[in-house]
Amino acid sequence: MDKTDTLHAKHFEKVVDCQYACPAHTPVPEYIRLIAEGRYTEAYMVNWYSNVFPGILGRVCDRPCEPACRRTRIDEPVAICRLKRVAADQRDEDISEWIPDVPAVKNGRKIALIGAGPASLTVARDLAPKGYILDIYDREKAAGGFIRTQIPAFRLPESVLNEEVNRVLDMDVNQIFSHEITSLKGLLEKDYDAIFVGTGAPLGRDLNVPGRYDCEDKIHIGIDWLANVSFGHFDSIAKNVIVLGGGNTAMDCCRTAKRLGGTDVKVVVRSSFDDMKASPWEKEDAIHEGVDLLCHHVPKRFIVEDGRLVAMAFELVNSVYNEAGRRTLESTGEPEVIIPCDEVLIAVGQDTAFPWIERDVGLEFNQWGQPTLNEETLQSSIPNVFFGGDAAFGPKNIITAVAHGHQAAKGIDAFLSKVSIEKQGFKLVSQKMGVHDWSYPNFIDETMRHAVPIVDLQTALRNLSMEVELGFDERTAAQEALRCLNCDVHTVFEDDKCIECNSCVDICPMDCINFLPNKDELPLRASLRVPAMNARQDLLVSGHLKTGMVMVKDEDVCLHCGLCAERCPTNAWDMQKFVSLETYF
Amino acid sequence: MSYKKSHFQHPSLKRNELGLTYRDYEGSLSTLCAGCGHDAISAAVVQACHELSLPPHRVAKMSGIGCSSKAPTYFLGQAHGFNSVHGRMPSVATGANMANRDLVYIGMSGDGDTSNIGFGQFAHVIRRQMNMMYIVANNGVYGLTKGQSSATAKMGSTSKKGAVNPLADIDLATIAIDMGATFVARGFSGDTAQLVTLMKAAMAHRGFAFIDIVSPCVTFNNHKGSGYSFDYFREHAELVNMSDFIPIREDILVEVPENEVREVILHDGSMIRLKHVAHEHDETNRLDALSALHKAHHDDTVLTGLLYVDPNAEDMHDVLGTAARPLNDLTEKELCPGMSILDSINNGFR
Repeated sequence: MDKTDTLHAKHFEKVVDCQYACPAHTPVPEYIRLIAEGRYTEAYMVNWYSNVFPGILGRVCDRPCEPACRRTRIDEPVAICRLKRVAADQRDEDISEWIPDVPAVKNGRKIALIGAGPASLTVARDLAPKGYILDIYDREKAAGGFIRTQIPAFRLPESVLNEEVNRVLDMDVNQIFSHEITSLKGLLEKDYDAIFVGTGAPLGRDLNVPGRYDCEDKIHIGIDWLANVSFGHFDSIAKNVIVLGGGNTAMDCCRTAKRLGGTDVKVVVRSSFDDMKASPWEKEDAIHEGVDLLCHHVPKRFIVEDGRLVAMAFELVNSVYNEAGRRTLESTGEPEVIIPCDEVLIAVGQDTAFPWIERDVGLEFNQWGQPTLNEETLQSSIPNVFFGGDAAFGPKNIITAVAHGHQAAKGIDAFLSKVSIEKQGFKLVSQKMGVHDWSYPNFIDETMRHAVPIVDLQTALRNLSMEVELGFDERTAAQEALRCLNCDVHTVFEDDKCIECNSCVDICPMDCINFLPNKDELPLRASLRVPAMNARQDLLVSGHLKTGMVMVKDEDVCLHCGLCAERCPTNAWDMQKFVSLETYF
Repeated sequence: MSYKKSHFQHPSLKRNELGLTYRDYEGSLSTLCAGCGHDAISAAVVQACHELSLPPHRVAKMSGIGCSSKAPTYFLGQAHGFNSVHGRMPSVATGANMANRDLVYIGMSGDGDTSNIGFGQFAHVIRRQMNMMYIVANNGVYGLTKGQSSATAKMGSTSKKGAVNPLADIDLATIAIDMGATFVARGFSGDTAQLVTLMKAAMAHRGFAFIDIVSPCVTFNNHKGSGYSFDYFREHAELVNMSDFIPIREDILVEVPENEVREVILHDGSMIRLKHVAHEHDETNRLDALSALHKAHHDDTVLTGLLYVDPNAEDMHDVLGTAARPLNDLTEKELCPGMSILDSINNGFR
């Protein structure tokens, strides 16, 4: 194998699993260390710079960081998301001194942001300090987009939402709300230098099976129903409710239904339990609240008697997987199942909608009806029109929308300043404080993941806006924070200092380090002390050492405990913190 | 300072016949200098005992004084241990072995402990043919007292500050064969694979098994001019044979040995397979081994590998005709068989 390229960031980025699983590359270990030290405001700001909505995301993020956490491969993941909330809960009230200044004298360039969801708000936040004039439009009366309309208050209190949304709007952003944009052509004729489209995926998918339109007032599209609940238009539901679909929207629907009078609420899905799209913890929360989850039921028809919805009929299926792992649903041949119900919520997916974009305006769409975009800058075929969030590539999640916002903001800034985007570098900072002292907590805490306390079930179900999760207290947060393995503090190896004494091999608790003759990657992986079978994790390979061997470190389960560096007599190993020099302002 | 190694271990670590991973054979975290060869030796002991599936509580670690003699704390935390007086480990080990012949004895000593203060003890424990693995972590220097030359320091080599050693050096492997050791090998702390094989064979051997291990002192004796530095060893080492340990449980007929391969069956039925590399001496011939060592000394080379083995060796208990059951296992009735037996013994002297 070739010597690992340590001059570029790629190897180091890949080692920090959580940070680079996060679409916005939030420096997770960095803020967790700050929380452990009780420096909550700084922890909040580290988040705010990367993901703009720490209080919101600390509650409702899809947390791609957690399944990626190195600790899952040894133990359970660090409760990263809930620690983020701690930073938001415990920080100073007034953080204005940390917020970048917005110049009173603008740079003369004017941007329209269509849809006031997380993507547009992120673009606004990144561009406001640069002096752009920002007009943000939304058809609703308040900003937040689907964070406001779809996420129930028992998961995200309105006060948290308002505070973080307003923090962006307060950066001199012109708010044009309750105003629907109906024509891109019209918008292009205005004096905007660039337009950002962050209109989300507002179209809930329907389910066209017999009986669908026989009792429309009792059959709802899930996201529309949630929005109506959120704006106070609906405040009750029938007793027997069926929610169709297995994603996070379905989980929000069933839990909301439980609070609005649904006593018997069933989520009915086509797939198996494991294949459901909802995050595992959202499924757990729904089950905890007494929702039944029925799998492998394919909806066949609504049964309406005398104009009244009485039941639904389902076909029973099994999941069958072919060799490539593709799933098909095969009927079991059993008789159909009739489930009585009085009201049905359809949460089987959602789509983008661009009825306001004239097809002759020159914007290219791909075969899936999505705009053709530059993947880096999110620029469309009309050079001054950019897309982001769900509108760009279809429905994902909040944190992806934020990441798109950053990309588009950079794209817009580069486009209007006529410069190209240059990837900023990184630096590695030694954490050595003394022979055996490190400036990060290198002691490996072996405790299990801490559970977040929740409100008593009966109390929770009585109140639609009572937040269920209470968040960690400071003490638990500090303990949970110490579980972080500090993967951003890298084991950096200098070939020419090594005397091949094997001390690092012997001390490594996880058997990561090897000295052996070089080979191609696959045989090399197979011949390590413990074969490196996790191909998604890289090897760190040195150049040829004095004896002709190479040092090979399997990054897979390295604890970043620093013992290799403590044991090294020549400082060939050092623990160095990776600091990305990427900035958003 | 980190005082603890995490208990987390690689999820796919190999387990031995006892269901243990090698981590179960570790001791406390070492307080020796970073990079000390002795830690590599400890790691080799851990690996060898794990691979032999030795129950840790059936092992006794014996040592004297010195950096080397601290080392048993850093392996086999669940074994018995006795950190004795400087140079007197052989006597204490002999006593322990007399009391309980069923344990596996690992004597861990250093060049000062063995070739200086304990030289007499070393000679006599070999003469007694005690059944033990006696390993010397040999770095040619008194590390614990900051770097004076020991008796194994090469004549003419220099200390860290440049003082030349005017005295002749003792080659412990030569002495061991001379005194009647029946298993003599030399390894290097920087070559764990070879060391583990030699240790496994040494523990399978019944009788006195000695391994001289070159173990560079990174703090006081790893400079130019030293006869025990990493660089010196790597330039002067000559591999006598590549060895391969085949435990009794494995089917040894599967592989057809090559011509130049010599197989030596050890006491427990396991086998060490030797492939000659540099020398053509017969490892089972004492004179051959001694002359190879003397020639190497003359040529300023360091022979490594298995130097001498007597597969038919006897141990102390065979020689003395002691009871087959360990002394500590015998009951009062057997130990004090009564007046009539005493009388018959006394009558034997009349």
